[in-house]
Amino acid sequence: MSLSPVLAFTLPATVPLQGFLAVAAVLFCTGVWGLINSRNAVRVLMSIELMLNAVNINLMAFSSYLDGQLIRGQVFTIFVITVAAAEAAVGLAILLSLYRNRETVDMERFNLLRW
Amino acid sequence: MMSIADSTQFLCFLALSAAVLFGALGVVLLPNIVYSAFLLGGVFLAVSGLYLLLNASFVAAAQMMIYVGAVNVLILFAIMLVNKKETLAVIPGLALRRILSGAVCAGLLGLLLRVDFTTPWALPGPPSIGDGATIRIGEHLFSDYLLPFELASVLLLMAMIGAIVLARRDVFTSDVITGEEADQGLIEKTRTPLLIKKNLQIQPLLEKTP
Repeated sequence: MSLSPVLAFTLPATVPLQGFLAVAAVLFCTGVWGLINSRNAVRVLMSIELMLNAVNINLMAFSSYLDGQLIRGQVFTIFVITVAAAEAAVGLAILLSLYRNRETVDMERFNLLRW
Repeated sequence: MMSIADSTQFLCFLALSAAVLFGALGVVLLPNIVYSAFLLGGVFLAVSGLYLLLNASFVAAAQMMIYVGAVNVLILFAIMLVNKKETLAVIPGLALRRILSGAVCAGLLGLLLRVDFTTPWALPGPPSIGDGATIRIGEHLFSDYLLPFELASVLLLMAMIGAIVLARRDVFTSDVITGEEADQGLIEKTRTPLLIKKNLQIQPLLEKTP
């Protein structure tokens, strides 16, 4: 089954590298905005996970397109995933400890070391 | 003439990208944090689909197991443990702050996209290893990346012990004077927040319990 010539002309057969990089860029900026503007501490941790995933997409895209034989980017991605898991565990433990002491998860009230 | 099978990869990429981007927007913008957490799981799944498009089945499986299976579940548990309805205090200039940070993020996005589309990448690179990726990752992990691999295991052990120590409750299970069993719920209610008090002396926890 073939598409109409216009649609067939606009749809490439393979995904360009720039597509993956653009998705990663948008995801990273979304994560940064959420990191700055979230008032719930759990959402801040989620934004950090979004940023880490954006970096992972970048590493995987470069590994596949520019380093197809020695896929070092994939090894780096494995390490990033490991560190992200450790970060999430420790971050949520810190969050629980904070919640027990301050009875809130509002980021604006975690200002003990601010001034 | 192109058939739809030829551009399946591209259509999959478009669908997965849309899932990632709209899911991420939902994670950041939705007011209910439980919806945000479930959307975050969807974003992780879509990202692992993108890894499958990049011929990396092992990393896709690792992403699915670690992010969706471990990190997302951990976040859901944290939400259940700290989920208290609280009215947030009004911060002056919050809207201005949001607009300014949005402008900064949009500028960063423009910069990244400009670098993305103007840099002459060294394409095409060497041919992709395809299904041999898992074997190659194993070779890397046990030859030239052996030291980071071992350090990662030490890091995971440290994170596990640290998380347990941080999240543990430091309360006595029995009354220190009479020796009778303490009511855990009562301890939680009568305990004053430690950081609010001016003097940081350790208070006897069971003073107020009958």
